[in-house]
Amino acid sequence: MALLMANSSWLTEFPDMSRRELLSFRQTLDGAYRDFSREYGDTIESLFDPLLSFLIWFEDLLISTPWWIVLGAVLGLVYYASRSLKLSAGVLVSLLAIGYFGMWEDTMRTLSIITVCTLMSIAIGIPIGILMAQSDRARSIITPLLDIMQTMPAFVYLIPVVMLLGIGKIPGVIAVIIYAIPPVIRLTNLGIRLVDTETLEAATAYGATRSQRLFGVQLPLAMPTIMAGINQTIMMALAMVVVASMIGVKGLGQPVLKSITNQYFTLGLLNGLAIVALAIIFDRVSQTYAKRAQKHLEGSNHG
Amino acid sequence: MGNTEQDILIKIEGLYQIFGKTPKKVLQKVKDGASKDDVLAQTGHTVGLQDINLDVKRGEIFVIMGLSGSGKSTLIRHFNRLIDPTAGKILVDGEDIMELPQKELTEFRRHKMAMVFQHFGLMPHRSVLDNVGYGLSIKGLKKNEWKPKATSWLDTVGLAGYEDQFPSQLSGGQQQRVGLARALCTDAEILLMDEAFSALDPLIRSEMQDQLIELQETLHKTIIFITHDLDEALRLGDRIAVLKDGKLVQVGTPVDIVLNPVDEYVTAFAKDVNRAKALSVATVMTENTDKVLGTTVREARKSFPENQSYAFVFDHEGYKGILTKKTLASLQDSDSLDGKLLDVSSIAPNQLLEDVIPLSLNTQFDIPVVDKYRQLIGRLEASKLADVLAP
Repeated sequence: MALLMANSSWLTEFPDMSRRELLSFRQTLDGAYRDFSREYGDTIESLFDPLLSFLIWFEDLLISTPWWIVLGAVLGLVYYASRSLKLSAGVLVSLLAIGYFGMWEDTMRTLSIITVCTLMSIAIGIPIGILMAQSDRARSIITPLLDIMQTMPAFVYLIPVVMLLGIGKIPGVIAVIIYAIPPVIRLTNLGIRLVDTETLEAATAYGATRSQRLFGVQLPLAMPTIMAGINQTIMMALAMVVVASMIGVKGLGQPVLKSITNQYFTLGLLNGLAIVALAIIFDRVSQTYAKRAQKHLEGSNHG
Repeated sequence: MGNTEQDILIKIEGLYQIFGKTPKKVLQKVKDGASKDDVLAQTGHTVGLQDINLDVKRGEIFVIMGLSGSGKSTLIRHFNRLIDPTAGKILVDGEDIMELPQKELTEFRRHKMAMVFQHFGLMPHRSVLDNVGYGLSIKGLKKNEWKPKATSWLDTVGLAGYEDQFPSQLSGGQQQRVGLARALCTDAEILLMDEAFSALDPLIRSEMQDQLIELQETLHKTIIFITHDLDEALRLGDRIAVLKDGKLVQVGTPVDIVLNPVDEYVTAFAKDVNRAKALSVATVMTENTDKVLGTTVREARKSFPENQSYAFVFDHEGYKGILTKKTLASLQDSDSLDGKLLDVSSIAPNQLLEDVIPLSLNTQFDIPVVDKYRQLIGRLEASKLADVLAP
């Protein structure tokens, strides 16, 4: 007490940790993590080898295939999903423009990494969302984690990932997934929780098992909401392209990064527009597809 | 319809439902008679149902009636354990379904009971036909196995041709017909109907009630029907249970409920009932089989009831008309009664009062009540009719 009275500087200044203590605190943690990554980095990296080889294979496939075949395949997919000639024509024009301005290869790289990230987000995110919807406890644990993932600046979680795995495609994919996966998890959870209770009760009353309820009622009825989540996930993955390029992910992000450092306005703008074009294509196609698949849910509700 | 023990299909004993964090701890308090409000104030638990005991007989329509918040929808969800009770037994065919493990409960739900919901509970992503066959398809039957059955039930409820539509393309009444067909398609012995017709507009509702009555005449299912509408309860129910604040207030036949309500709550309910639509002739008629049997004046003189100014005349074919004492006095013994009788129609005991009011107003005589074997079983007196209709 006497000590506190004598030294009253805590009134004017925050009673913080001394510099020396802070330094040793940081050094201890950093050291521990560095040791961990030296010890296990290679092992962990090798776990990702199958993913890496798939990524490389897919990227090579898109780049080495003649451009008109890729273009034809993309258009075919777009038309199959949307059944809209107008949309297909728009996609054709924007892809031709991208190619004409010399961004074809970078666009293919970005397309491949976004596709892989989206597929992985869906594959990981939907089961987590289902878990969250079925257990309030799981939801109360996962929700704050999702909040952190969405608000923590990407650079912060890039540091440990890069320390562990070095720079390259895999850390990029991990960073993109961390940033982009929350919407699909959240909206899967929401969609399932919003399923009409009477419809679910009906399934139970007629003797549906847990999995019959999940796959026969909950998931199909949550699908519009889940599709909205997937759509958001794709958009957020695209938004990460530039950040990912900082850790060595090739694609449309790298020219943008170069333009920032060298003040190349036009180069930046063109590549930025290419990203926007990709985003719009993904968005419109996934939305029209979802709309078409859920057509019967709208129906005129006469009464 | 006997009343023997083996005719009881569902028996509920000492059922309690308490909502809250630790319902088991509060149970004793409720059993000791603490009121709903006290329990809520002292423990934060809501008493949903208390001490429910009831028997449902095989083949009857058992209506559970109560206002919103009375616990009726909670109660019906106990029959197939969509909700588990805090305490109590639910016996179906003598078997306590509370004891069933999950797997057997699923089997029980698949085979014993079907349910119809207030807001239909249809699967919006399945076609009408797939909805009707839902119960069978989750049992593992292939579509080509259940399709003929589903189609025929859809036909029975009057929706042939709608197989490939989606529920959202149908009107409310049509959707509930799909709900009914889905329930009937499983061949379950017991039908749970949770305010099944409450969301429909009055005209459609009355049509659906007719259809249910008609179906029941051939199907003889055991139906638990929930409603907040006493008119509906009286129309459909063989017996009615009135639920108030989670307690059973009265269980009885429709006439019991209307004419002998046990307390103010039931009285208030019964007061607003359109009795003309709810009660049948049998409940109001005076039992009396005095009549004139024969077609000649001589026979009439012999059998004319004493102290009466007119009588109902029957021959071996049935009811003929009304003969007044005055007319009889003016006739010769050898005369025929042909052309001397007053033409007043007879009525059946199961007719609704509504249907016989015009008849009663058009004549100064009582109206003969004749059963399906053409026998006189009683008479409807205008004064009694008036008493019942305007208490």
